[in-house]
Amino acid sequence: MSTLEIRGLHVSVETEAGPKEILRGVDLTVRSGQTHAIMGPNGSGKSTLAYSLAGHPKYTVTSGEVLLDGEDVLAMTVDERARAGLFLAMQYPVEVPGVSVSNFLRTAKTAVDGGAPKLRTWVKDVKEAMDKLAIADDFAERDLNTGFSGGEKKRHEILQLELLNPKFAVLDETDSGLDIDALRVVSDGVNRFSASGDKGVLLITHYTRILRYIKPDFVHVFVAGRVAEEGGPELAEKLEEKGYVDYVGTPA
Amino acid sequence: MTTDTAQQAQHGLTEHSHGAGAPDHGGSAFDTVASFDVDAHVVPRGREEEWRFTPMARLRGLHDDAPLDGHDYEVSVDADPQVVVETVEATDARRGSSGYVPNDRPSARAWAEADKVLAITVPADVVAEKPTIVRLQGLSAEKAAAGHVVITAERFSQSVVVLEHEGSAAFADNVEIVTHDGARLIVVSLQDWADDSVHLSHHHISVGRDAVVKHAVVSFGGDLVRTSVTLDYAAPGGDAELLGLYFADSGQHLEKRLFVDHNQPHCRSNVLYKGALQGRKAHTVWIGNVLIRPAAEGISTYELNRNLVLTDGARADSVPNLEIETGEIEGAGHASATGRFDDEQLFYLMARGIPADEARRLVVRGFFTELINKIGVPEIAERLTATVERELAIGEGLPAASATPPTATVEH
Repeated sequence: MSTLEIRGLHVSVETEAGPKEILRGVDLTVRSGQTHAIMGPNGSGKSTLAYSLAGHPKYTVTSGEVLLDGEDVLAMTVDERARAGLFLAMQYPVEVPGVSVSNFLRTAKTAVDGGAPKLRTWVKDVKEAMDKLAIADDFAERDLNTGFSGGEKKRHEILQLELLNPKFAVLDETDSGLDIDALRVVSDGVNRFSASGDKGVLLITHYTRILRYIKPDFVHVFVAGRVAEEGGPELAEKLEEKGYVDYVGTPA
Repeated sequence: MTTDTAQQAQHGLTEHSHGAGAPDHGGSAFDTVASFDVDAHVVPRGREEEWRFTPMARLRGLHDDAPLDGHDYEVSVDADPQVVVETVEATDARRGSSGYVPNDRPSARAWAEADKVLAITVPADVVAEKPTIVRLQGLSAEKAAAGHVVITAERFSQSVVVLEHEGSAAFADNVEIVTHDGARLIVVSLQDWADDSVHLSHHHISVGRDAVVKHAVVSFGGDLVRTSVTLDYAAPGGDAELLGLYFADSGQHLEKRLFVDHNQPHCRSNVLYKGALQGRKAHTVWIGNVLIRPAAEGISTYELNRNLVLTDGARADSVPNLEIETGEIEGAGHASATGRFDDEQLFYLMARGIPADEARRLVVRGFFTELINKIGVPEIAERLTATVERELAIGEGLPAASATPPTATVEH
């Protein structure tokens, strides 16, 4: 049983006109076994929350705290957060030419587990995980994210989620840009992860579409850098019908 | 039209890119003196456009009138049994068969002074099973020497030729690469000289009808190594991939110059040169000139130079030039990026639990692995990887580049 607590989180980015506050006091607690959907219009700070949790250097936390089972996440480096059990599936995975997927996966697995995986079981695990996500075998020898299609990048993020097996997964618009088949494959992967034990999921999305495949226990509506409304799955249905018009005044 | 873009490196590499449609400069800016007559080429003093980046004082007079009659080197050959490698007289008809005419003084001097020619011929229809490797081992840099190589890939042949340079030398040479109809040829020139070597080298590639040429220049060692690659097409349908990999340490000057002359229709060229620099006064220069003549309809060309600045105190100059004289092309573009390793790549790897120093090593090795994979010659890939490792080990003791942008120019 694990808990990810976000308390009073304020985050700024540097702009030409000086620091600009994006997150204005976010409070959110995710326990293992729960799936939380964070929904909100463009520019509401959803992705900033995701990248701040992972420790991207572009974002400065000005106040508040993030605790993972009581440990201060904000004091950890980016790699320490990952090893502590936080995983961020990125909206725009970065291309790293010359580093093969298989080399990357093995290096990451070794880092999060604190030791190299047993070769025979590892090869089998990777193969099985790839098959379930309908990823072709030759994918492992390609350069990391390099020349991947949008769908391939997202499936590769979920492949890592399943193989690295963190405590908490933050999915930053994993559904964006996916056709319906890819959306199903990716959602199945997330559901397998959730079902694999005491796992917490923070699902960030602009659209309600993915919530047909991944059922949230809680829905939070994010507006102007903080949670504007919270509720159960019924809140997503309301958003499906009305969009964000109640929150921002115009359909977004 | 000069734009100095020592840009802010927000996330490491800075990008500079634009596609087709650059304004006409009015007459080619690439016109140079071409002559076999040494005296037709005035002694460069360093102010000339083609020499402005080169430290002239370190050329040991190769550009002036230092004798080029030294023979302090050994050549060994490990050839595919079907490939013919011979040493022939300078009067051999193969010399000059690429159509190359020396375009600077050291090249003209090497042409005049080379008394023998190494001729490598891949006969028609031969599919070589292994690379033909020619190794030049310099024994002393005291006396300068001149060399000449002609590689001929006859019709429909397929082969790989590797020219290796090691040891100590002051060397000026011309390498002619001639591909006939439908030939497929890979040429790799590897300069892994000792620290006291100076090497001025011209490669000219003539691409035959529907021929596919891959050419790679790999420079590691040497005090000053300047390679000029010129390429044109003998007929339509040719395909050229020009690759480069260079790694400059403290005090080294590595200069890479390219001129792709799109003089025929329906041809293709793709240029990718990647360099790394570490240590004080490590200096690299990349000049990529592409000319698309009025006849060159339906061609496509792209050139890219990337430089990875690993420590402070190093300087990378990168100047892509694209001159387009016909609009009837499929595509043309260039890009140049110089900076320290990419922070976004580092973040991605670290977000998967990989510690910072290991992530940095992965990114830097990957930078080179991409190019070594593109060269696609397994027989030398291991050696190139090992040499990159050796270079990186030299740099492990040096402080990493600071976040401030490195000294660099990108002009166009």
